[in-house]
Amino acid sequence: MDEISYAPAEGLLSFTWVLIALPALGAAILLLAGRRADKWGHWVGVTTIGAAFALALGLFGSLAGLEDKSAQLDLFTVIEVGSVKIDASLLFDPLSAVFCLLITGVGFLIHVYAVGYMAHDPGRRKFFAYFNLFAAAMLILVLGGNYFMTFVGWEGVGLASYLLIAFWQLKPAAATAGKKAFLTNRVADVGFLLAMFLMLGTLGTVDFAGVFNGAAELSTTTSLALGLLLLAAACGKSGQWPFQTWLPDAMEGPTPVSALIHAATMVTAGVYLIARSNVIFSLNPDVQTAVVVVGALTLLFGSIVGCAKDDIKRVLAWSTVSQIGYMFLAVGLGGGAFALGIIHLLAHGFFKAGLFLGSGSVMHAMNDQTDIRRFGGLWRKMPLTYATFAAGWLAIIGLFPFSGYFTKDPIIAAAFTREGWQGWVVGGAALLGAALTAFYMTRLFVLTFHGPKRWTEDVHPHESPAIMTGPLVLLGIGSLAAGGLMASPVTEWLTPVFGEHHEAHGHLTHLQVTVATTVAVVLGAALAWVLFRNGTDEVPRAAAWPVRLARADLGGEAVNRGVFERPSRLAASASVAMDGRVVDGAVNGLSAAIGGSSRRLLTLQTGFVRSYALSILSGAVIVVAALMVVVTQ
Amino acid sequence: MSESTELTIDWAGLAPMVIVFVAAFAGLLVEAAVPKARRLPVQVALAVAALAGAFVAVVLNADKSGAVFNLGGTGLGSVIVDGPGLFLQGTIAILSIIAVLLLAERRTVRGGDFVAEAAVVADSAADVEQRREDGATEIFPLTLFAVTGMMMFVTAGDLLTMFVALEMLSLPLYLLCGLAKRRRLISQEAALKYFLLGAFASAFYVYGMAMLYGFAGTVDLAGINQAGVSSGQPRMLLYIGVAMIAVALLFKAAAVPFHMWTPDVYTGAPTPVTALMAACVKVAAFGGLLRVFNTGLSSSAWDWHLILTVIAVATMIGGAIFAVTQRNIKRLLAYSSIANAGYLLIGVIALGEAVGQTMFYLAAYGFTVIAAFAVVSLVRDGDEEATHLARWAGLGKNSPGTAVVFTILMLALAGLPFTSGFTAKFSLFSAALQADELGLVIVGVVSSAILAFPYLRVVVLLWLNEPAPDAPTVNLPSPMAGTVVAAGVAATLILGIAPGFLLDIVDQASTFLNT
Repeated sequence: MDEISYAPAEGLLSFTWVLIALPALGAAILLLAGRRADKWGHWVGVTTIGAAFALALGLFGSLAGLEDKSAQLDLFTVIEVGSVKIDASLLFDPLSAVFCLLITGVGFLIHVYAVGYMAHDPGRRKFFAYFNLFAAAMLILVLGGNYFMTFVGWEGVGLASYLLIAFWQLKPAAATAGKKAFLTNRVADVGFLLAMFLMLGTLGTVDFAGVFNGAAELSTTTSLALGLLLLAAACGKSGQWPFQTWLPDAMEGPTPVSALIHAATMVTAGVYLIARSNVIFSLNPDVQTAVVVVGALTLLFGSIVGCAKDDIKRVLAWSTVSQIGYMFLAVGLGGGAFALGIIHLLAHGFFKAGLFLGSGSVMHAMNDQTDIRRFGGLWRKMPLTYATFAAGWLAIIGLFPFSGYFTKDPIIAAAFTREGWQGWVVGGAALLGAALTAFYMTRLFVLTFHGPKRWTEDVHPHESPAIMTGPLVLLGIGSLAAGGLMASPVTEWLTPVFGEHHEAHGHLTHLQVTVATTVAVVLGAALAWVLFRNGTDEVPRAAAWPVRLARADLGGEAVNRGVFERPSRLAASASVAMDGRVVDGAVNGLSAAIGGSSRRLLTLQTGFVRSYALSILSGAVIVVAALMVVVTQ
Repeated sequence: MSESTELTIDWAGLAPMVIVFVAAFAGLLVEAAVPKARRLPVQVALAVAALAGAFVAVVLNADKSGAVFNLGGTGLGSVIVDGPGLFLQGTIAILSIIAVLLLAERRTVRGGDFVAEAAVVADSAADVEQRREDGATEIFPLTLFAVTGMMMFVTAGDLLTMFVALEMLSLPLYLLCGLAKRRRLISQEAALKYFLLGAFASAFYVYGMAMLYGFAGTVDLAGINQAGVSSGQPRMLLYIGVAMIAVALLFKAAAVPFHMWTPDVYTGAPTPVTALMAACVKVAAFGGLLRVFNTGLSSSAWDWHLILTVIAVATMIGGAIFAVTQRNIKRLLAYSSIANAGYLLIGVIALGEAVGQTMFYLAAYGFTVIAAFAVVSLVRDGDEEATHLARWAGLGKNSPGTAVVFTILMLALAGLPFTSGFTAKFSLFSAALQADELGLVIVGVVSSAILAFPYLRVVVLLWLNEPAPDAPTVNLPSPMAGTVVAAGVAATLILGIAPGFLLDIVDQASTFLNT
């Protein structure tokens, strides 16, 4: 393989850092100005993101004119330890360029929308400050020139999203959701940190170029460990199995947050990480298989649960889980499919943001109600929202000639190129996922906008103001057209990152896959139409076990409880029996397990000097004995 | 043996300790000579000036490396001025200035946190009476004595000097722990516990020293190191000696299983004294550990490597797990300080590769923890500190400024980027990797992930819970506590965003004499 190197940044590209500084500056102004900025603060947020988008376009243009399509900018040295030198460096290359455009472009539209959506909210200024903070952190994540900087952004987006979910309202559900997101992300962060230290330990660097060039010499075990650690990090951030539960809960945050963070940008950071580390993932077929399995499993998981949910935002959230599963599947397949994953990510950024904002518009009209069983017949009342939502719907189910057709179909086709029985299984899962996607999205669409009205009595639906519908229309157009327009130019654009690849031949030809997918999609959509065109019950009825299971998140929560919570509660109550303390059931999952052992261990802390002295003495005896043992061997 | 027996003393090298020591005695005279009403400003000014003077003396000594006492041209091991010693002395000086300001706080609660007459029986009528009086100002000379001991501890080049330094830093601290004005019984209990266990640990130290003397025929660290290679004495003496000395030093450093005094003493002692212990004593204890293991025991590293690794793992995991269920903020910080001792032990085990990063970690942690305790001393239920975490619920509503500051400190302790907690851990772990300690680094990362839970819970509590109707008040800090908090937070953020300058300094200062 060719040596990977990045050219130093020159000209306009040496101002890449301004891209991050702009939203950060906006956040600083909003936070420091305090209440004085309540009246005009949101415009600061909108302006800085808009300016960042303009700059990103300029940088994109400069990059396109470059020979080697990369620009690295070393700002300053953060840490220098022995032979390890870690710079605050930024890398602007085709991959980070498309992410910057997505973040600032879609981010700008969502910012504008939020001005209207949050108009009556007393916390609007703070909301925009956190929103800007998030954008800055996300830009650090994708612009980082080494894993260290990526990690800084990685933690930054986690923190900002946590602020945005939990700090939003003083309601327990939001607090719990924020906590869950944070805890899951901590687990994932351990993966990231360990991966970094493993790189430092074996390669002595965390620079992209250094790691990628040295990766080939790593032992199989090391490259396997490295790949799995990075995969764990990516799964946590992107809500992939087995970390999927936090993402739907995060919908407790305001809708623009769901659109920007939990659909278009942050949750795709895992896909970015894998795509960026494509050299490492391509090294080891076992790691690739792991990514493919995670992707295929999650895309099915998400689409099955999505079929059974009644909350408009939760259906969209599970749909996000499932769509990111497609992206994982693509980047796991490797080779030419890396670019397919990124293209689907970009298209998804448009249509999912549009769908979320559309759902926000619906909620706006329906007094913040989210239950699709109580919607229906809204298409007359909100024509613009209806039209744009329809665009998103067509894009996600992937009918020709809309976005999903150009971005999801190739992934399904690529899945069939995997060798042996794996190709059939993975391809079949992707195909089934497409049918399920068509089913749940059609169900959502029909129940919300068509059929009889099932509104609660006090609602008077109305179309949202222009400041909200404007971005919706733009995103709607983007949803419809983005896939078709981007597919081949973006593949070409990303070639410097992923290398040249020739189309592989699979079990089925591309035409066969297209036909199969179209049939599956039409069947799924038609089934939903037939079942739900006359509305549905206003409250869920008792149902057969598959539906019950899907309503219960396919047992995701139950597994959480069974595996982590119950044993730790048992442990905790055992320790209660021992020391008579009261367990107040602090938190679920892992932390309760730790809490249980913590309480048990604390019984050692009696408060008596004599027992402390005994502890010191026994410690000393152990130390002496251990030294003897080491010596006599 | 030698031709000349002339003793030359490098007074400049001795100056940091001498300045503080003399100021401590001057402080005692102030107690006798200055009228009561004016003692506080005089004592504070004296202490700050002395510590600042000591810091200047440290800076002037920069790049010096050698023994302070020379007999006929040969350096004696007793006091050694070298890079790590100077850096740690400087760190101790700066952190003690901040701690002294916190000790001097008299505005947040009338008369401050220290008892006026420690001899009065707790909760007696006289005790109730004296609660209205201003606290005693003897705390400042006591602190200066302790600081002298710490400075000596990190530059002591033989075990005997080190023992004197150990007692010198410990005895005033035992006293300081028992001087709380409120909840005096808990405070006195803490002081007694600390004293008894400290004495116990000292006994281990002396016994270990005797063993090592028997093995090496000297108490000089360099001599012991030499003997580790060449001595003909039974090595059993060496092993017992190493184990005993390690136990005593690990006791001061609060490593598991020698940590049990920590939560009780941290909780019982007046908060400014706790801050002094968590920041400065930590620096001194690890300074001593670094020197003993790098210059005295590096030749027997193979022998103690395993057991110290086990202790480091137990300390990291134990401290983090203990911290999870704490309901008292001071106990939480105590257990967090235990876990941090575990991370610092990685630096000790990694020996020469990680000396600089361990020192950086000590400085970064010191600033953060001192500011955290300063905030703890500001949140009060009436006159008493509201240390139970439930009382902190909804602090963000009533006192957003304080809550923001405390959130930053918690995130720093949890090791999030943009704070010194992250850069310190990252550089320490990176250095440990260069010494091939991957296993310890993995445990460290996992432990810090566990430790993030309790910090997060505090943050959630501050912002997301409704405050109780009788929520504690935050007394807006006087210039004293305000400076402490501001300095701590500023250092936490600066070392988090641009730690380069300090990392350069520790890099240059990371070589012990006689290694």
